[in-house]
Amino acid sequence: MSGHETALRELPLIGRGHARYDGRAKVTGRAQFAADVVVADPIHAFLLLSTIPRGRIDRIKTDRALVLPGVIDILTHENAPALAAPVSQAAGSATNHQPLIDPDIVFDGQVIGVVLAENFETAREAAALVDIHYVKQPAAVTLDSPGAVTERWSEINQNFEDLEVGDAEKALAEAPVTIDATYHMQSQVHNAMEPFPTTVLWDGDDLIVHEPSQYVVGLQRGVARQLGIDPSRVRIISPYIGGGFGSKLSLTPRTAILAALARKHRRPVKLVATRSQGFTLSTYRGESRHRIRLGATPDGKLTAFAHEAWEMCSRFGAYASASTDLTADMYAAPSILTRVNIVRTDRTTPGFMRGPGEMPYMFALETAMDELAYRLEMDPVELRRLNEPARSPIDGSRFTSRSLVKCFDEAAERFGWRNRNPVPGANRDGDWLVGYGCAAATFPCFNYGGSATVTLLRSGRARVETAASEIGTGAYTALGQVAAELLDLPIENVEVLLGDSLLPPTAPAGGSMQTASTVPAIRLACERIVSRLGNRMPALADLGAAFDRLGTLSIQETAQYAAFDGKNANGGRAVLSTPDGDEPIAIASYGAQFVEVRINARTKELRVPRLVGAFAAGRILNERMALAQYRGGMVWGLSSALFEGLAIDPIQSRVTNTNFEEYAIPVNADVQMVEAILVPEEDHEVNPLGVKGIGEIGIVGVAAAVSNAIFHATGKRLRDLPITLDKLF
Amino acid sequence: MQPITYERPETVEAAVRALGRPETLFVAGGTTVFDLMKVNVLKASHLVDVTRLRDPRLSAIEVSDTAIRLGALVRMADLAAHPGIRAICPLIPLSLDLGASEQIRNMARLGGNVLQRTRCAYFRDTSFEACNKRNPGSGCAALDGHNRQHAILGTSTACIAIYPGDFPQVLAAVDAQVEIAGRQGKPRTIPFTDLHRLPGETPDVETVLKRDELITGFLIPRGPWLRRSLYLKIRDRQSYAFALASAAVALDLAPDGTVREARVGLGGVATVPWRAREAEAALKGNALTEAIAHRAAEAAFAGAVTRSHNHYKIPLGKQTLVRALLGAAAMEV
Repeated sequence: MSGHETALRELPLIGRGHARYDGRAKVTGRAQFAADVVVADPIHAFLLLSTIPRGRIDRIKTDRALVLPGVIDILTHENAPALAAPVSQAAGSATNHQPLIDPDIVFDGQVIGVVLAENFETAREAAALVDIHYVKQPAAVTLDSPGAVTERWSEINQNFEDLEVGDAEKALAEAPVTIDATYHMQSQVHNAMEPFPTTVLWDGDDLIVHEPSQYVVGLQRGVARQLGIDPSRVRIISPYIGGGFGSKLSLTPRTAILAALARKHRRPVKLVATRSQGFTLSTYRGESRHRIRLGATPDGKLTAFAHEAWEMCSRFGAYASASTDLTADMYAAPSILTRVNIVRTDRTTPGFMRGPGEMPYMFALETAMDELAYRLEMDPVELRRLNEPARSPIDGSRFTSRSLVKCFDEAAERFGWRNRNPVPGANRDGDWLVGYGCAAATFPCFNYGGSATVTLLRSGRARVETAASEIGTGAYTALGQVAAELLDLPIENVEVLLGDSLLPPTAPAGGSMQTASTVPAIRLACERIVSRLGNRMPALADLGAAFDRLGTLSIQETAQYAAFDGKNANGGRAVLSTPDGDEPIAIASYGAQFVEVRINARTKELRVPRLVGAFAAGRILNERMALAQYRGGMVWGLSSALFEGLAIDPIQSRVTNTNFEEYAIPVNADVQMVEAILVPEEDHEVNPLGVKGIGEIGIVGVAAAVSNAIFHATGKRLRDLPITLDKLF
Repeated sequence: MQPITYERPETVEAAVRALGRPETLFVAGGTTVFDLMKVNVLKASHLVDVTRLRDPRLSAIEVSDTAIRLGALVRMADLAAHPGIRAICPLIPLSLDLGASEQIRNMARLGGNVLQRTRCAYFRDTSFEACNKRNPGSGCAALDGHNRQHAILGTSTACIAIYPGDFPQVLAAVDAQVEIAGRQGKPRTIPFTDLHRLPGETPDVETVLKRDELITGFLIPRGPWLRRSLYLKIRDRQSYAFALASAAVALDLAPDGTVREARVGLGGVATVPWRAREAEAALKGNALTEAIAHRAAEAAFAGAVTRSHNHYKIPLGKQTLVRALLGAAAMEV
């Protein structure tokens, strides 16, 4: 029995889960989000964004705006302070364009100025009075635009390799049954309920930044570097985040610019970007295209898998989600050929967005698998069961745990899959065509490591401190309940401090890894406290006496946890040290998504009465919050399948729907039954607590399940997201 | 900040007089005017709030044996909830319930509702230079731009912006008259279908209202078709979205199922509230079969002109009308 296994047995953390630590504060409005922070005498900033995709500012006239009463300053490329360009932090700084350094415009919605005024309304009014003349140049803003340049990702990113296992081309040429199909999805944007606010103030040489951040330590380092000051001079405060999904993981150019302006004017500066501006201020999920080729025997055994992807990128950045390792690990194909390309366009750089590559790459693979199942006249669930790999098809790595088939079985049972009539277009309820679809979900397991400080007081109260972020997922609760359990305290006795760069650094709230990376550090700190108390936690009533014996009022321990010696930051793979030598392992969460759609036979309106997902992700720390995470992810999956997409004007090469009227997201009426099932799974190797990530897998696979259900309902195969009503005619 | 003056007159006469000032706009619920002022599409230095006008008929719903009269200041939500109207003409509350959101319906008034401006992205976003409606003579960015939402009926080479809204299509269908008060002379009454102008060469001129005229009410003649009426709206999501296509239909059927009278309005497909008289003619005198419904739909969209992204609106518009007609024919009245 390994040490990890012992820990699992001893820690009965699975349960219905505690209510949210911060729930009351949030629903009563007491929780202070970044834009709520009141500072004395702030200057209000309003951003000016470019309205052309490519070219140059010929002339920018601010005189009419500057004379408006209340206007303090207008920053343009002509008078901006010099700042170092943002660079990629550990968590990735994908918005690595530094504006205001020259008159060049490299994407639509680029920051070209900052108006400062005594209040928000004046700043906005003045922004409208700034007179800008551009020299326009032709721009390429889609994968197919003239001027878009395709580059092989492996030639840009030295750490990335395309896969070639066996001779896939030969196997495809010889395969009795093949699928060769191309899938596409439009760019999508994470523009959360909370927009992009920042308030900066200087206290002497020290900078305080109130900004929602999924990685306060990364933001701290990045801003310090841009300003040319020591990171210890920068403090990021971000106790709550009103939705991040990756958009608040990276440094954006706004923070350092505002800090420089606050220094110049010796006053705090406050920015709350508008909803519309939120469409280009941070990153997004870029448009992508995927060609999937499958070769199979007539009885459904895969003989070849080929996946070539094209992902939109900027001219100046270097980002790709490049998730072909993920799709290649799904099914037991003896030959594999993958290639990832980026397509350079005149857009801002994409970046992490919930299930960054998992969502689009799995949409392609899982729709292709459905196409193969229908071609073979085989149950899509059985096709997956038949091709379940014993080891990684890529490199033979051992899966530490893999419950894909179990997830399919449990979800299928709950959904009532076996009652389905498999014939496409044959299921009708009055004027409504009914279709069932399913797809697999997966997300690789990242372990980053982290640190935390735990303090136990004589009174029986405890405090947990770590620079983790609460992005709405329940980090306060999950981390607090671990300490409560280990210190044998009621959870009400545990105070949790998060979202402050002064606290012990830990993994970012991204890549579904924060909990798995931070909890082991908390556990270690708690164990040290218990050991100082004689290796056994005294009863609450006896705690005072125990402290008196030690002659102290408090015990504080700071602990660090490094996962796989820090070798698992890229996710999905790690190396396990065993007595027989190093063993490569593959670690990921798995799930299965089932969807029912109903489509009006005349007007093609599409309804989704049911989503059922089953997920296995190791130990579940808090059932209530895990279910909420999964269901939320599934709802977004539905949204990505049917609603979300940036609309590009083909002539002006600009986005036309930077608003929530035309960038549609579902309303409550569009989301009917959403059921998530927790499939029990024990993983003794992933980390000391057996915790895998749960934050992102919920979105993965839904789009394919929806598209597969539409095929089942109508006989029409749709390979382009979002599947809006016009595509059904 | 740019100063705005504001007045709240108590009489219609004072209100229309106030419009003599330059850069002056009427405002009622504010659900269009304030939105568009914030994004610099509408500019005003003076606002005349008409919600406190004392004439009680402005806020009244009156039902007589021959007509329904709706005051221009009736809130959308109040008309939708009126039990008498629902029994007489289900089409009206159906169209209102499917429009906007509860919050907006609680603010928006009928007079403002029929004058709401297009949702065309190029009109509403001033960072796009070309828009003949906002900036006459500047061109139309939608013609070759992203025009998935745009109109296929009543368009011109100067503008293909959709007329939004749901209730106005009902007024167009059911022969409503619109009552207008002005500075000169007596109030006038015109057919609702004459209120909005096709875009033609001057899409910036959207109605026949003169600068200083105010809509005071709507008059709907009662006919046997009003009871067998429904509104069907097809949109990208199930609530809080504008129509991709909609149909307002009212039918008077003989006991043998023959259509004695039909009234058809279309939304989501045209530049103005659209009355489909060709469809009505195709229905009249025929039993309302699937084939006749399709024939009416063909007639309604015979003149449709599509652009790059809105071809789907022809089959969608036809199917919406067919479904609405068959639905109305099947109603228990």
